[in-house]
Amino acid sequence: MNNFPYLEKREWIILAVAALVPWLFSFSPYFQGLLILVLLWVVLGNSWNLLAGYTGQVSFGHAAFFGIGAYAAAIPYHHFKISPWWGLVTGGLAAVILGYLLGKLVFRLRGPYFALGTLASGEILRLVFGEEEWLTNGHNGIFYMTTFISKIPYYYLILLIAVGSLVAVKAIMNSKLGFYFLSIREDQEAAEALGIDTVKYKNISLAISAFFAGISGAFYMIYMGFVDPEVVFALHSISIITILVGIIGGVGTIWGPAVGALIMVFVQELFRSSFFGLGPQWISQMHSLVFGALVVVVILYLAGGVVGDWDIIRKKFAGKVLKARG
Amino acid sequence: MSILKITNLTKNFGGLTAVNNVNLEVKEGEILGLIGPNGSGKTTLFNLINSYYPVSAGTIEFNKLDITGKTTNQIARLGIGRTFQVVKPLKRLSVIDNIMAGAFARENTFAGARKVATEVLEFCYLDDVAEMKAGSLPIAGRKRLEIAKALATRPSLLLLDETAAGLNPTELLQAIEIIKKIRGDLGITIVIVEHIMRVIMTISDRIHAIAQGATIAEGTPSEVSRNPAVIEAYLGSDFKVGDHIHA
Repeated sequence: MNNFPYLEKREWIILAVAALVPWLFSFSPYFQGLLILVLLWVVLGNSWNLLAGYTGQVSFGHAAFFGIGAYAAAIPYHHFKISPWWGLVTGGLAAVILGYLLGKLVFRLRGPYFALGTLASGEILRLVFGEEEWLTNGHNGIFYMTTFISKIPYYYLILLIAVGSLVAVKAIMNSKLGFYFLSIREDQEAAEALGIDTVKYKNISLAISAFFAGISGAFYMIYMGFVDPEVVFALHSISIITILVGIIGGVGTIWGPAVGALIMVFVQELFRSSFFGLGPQWISQMHSLVFGALVVVVILYLAGGVVGDWDIIRKKFAGKVLKARG
Repeated sequence: MSILKITNLTKNFGGLTAVNNVNLEVKEGEILGLIGPNGSGKTTLFNLINSYYPVSAGTIEFNKLDITGKTTNQIARLGIGRTFQVVKPLKRLSVIDNIMAGAFARENTFAGARKVATEVLEFCYLDDVAEMKAGSLPIAGRKRLEIAKALATRPSLLLLDETAAGLNPTELLQAIEIIKKIRGDLGITIVIVEHIMRVIMTISDRIHAIAQGATIAEGTPSEVSRNPAVIEAYLGSDFKVGDHIHA
């Protein structure tokens, strides 16, 4: 059970499907783009889930790590023409350093105050990166001519990162680290009495979480060829959506963020595109509303998320089928 | 040889002195009962030993090492385990995972921690409920889980805070048996706080009695139970020695 890379048979099957699926849609770069977006959210969701879902430290500021990762790729390019591809390394590291510094501040807070502290961190960075034009080019953003025209290389790159984050989380949760994270989530005082240095392990959780968020930010820069503080440090479209991906999929479950990302991207896109252009135009105005309604339904009826409450969903569904037959 | 040595320990909460100049030695291998009326400072004393509160004055030595001012987790890893009067199970984890979380204090691998946890499970008669969520355990199970979690950290000194409270007679006997086994089979020194006199008088080698934060008596159970200051603390000053009926 505990053999590297900790994947079960059906998980390998999902991976195989994920590896083939862009070729099925080779006629549609648009659709491939959506798949890339899903995987990007898988990474961010996994990152958030480790800290919030498993360690119980609910972050409302994951955009801080995403954004710093994106700028770690963009700033050296902007000033010295160093390839943004290095951001895949430096983005993760920059986010870890930021996480360490922020951790010193926000881990003094607990519960809602911690959440507010992280939220403020993200917002402060958004403003600072917008104002300090000498460094970041401010609101003009930083452009970069993307390396590949085809989406396929990006797809496999982000697939690799997504699988890496998933395997990492799974491995961690089967180890001492994982047990310590869970103990901290359940009861910090009890954890201390068991010999767990809660400050140290919260910082470790934050560092790993920030690392993956930073890499995903760097990927975003490489893939989109553009960063702007309003986009990469966005409170709503990064920090909050990250949380919603976790909640819909299932907080504190291995596959929750992946399922949440899939649902979030496709529900949003389905409505944003007015059912892929088949429906009336006004539907596209509703995409945020529909996603919001989905979140409300999940919180009310599936507190564990789709993955966490899968048994409930299956029973309900099976019950309906039986009734229809009977 | 003393495993724990508390010297002139004092704790003030604002104007209230919860623990007042207490001196206490625990000998290796013994079971020391800590008694006192409600609010006399027993739990506070535990909270000072494992650094849940900072001390106001005095020192605490564990195995000749001054542990005053160390953090709670450091003290746990040095070998002082404790249970909480108000139990603190890791609710959404299974019973065995709760115990594994403790076992990782000395083990680094999943398999190693699992092995320790399995032994502790059996020792505390929790093997039937190993896969149950800790939050859904009945009270007796939760009390035993408290002991199991602490044992899994492999302590040399165990502080038990009212682990027998709220148990029915059968469960009580089982709890007493476990406590005796902890000392007998595992050789762990125990300090126990307990309100049920039947438990503490039968189980303890020595009793340390405190009232209003200060020591009032120390000695064997029979000595302490006859001590006028102890009787006064429990029953009030009108109650004269010799009046009380021996059970």
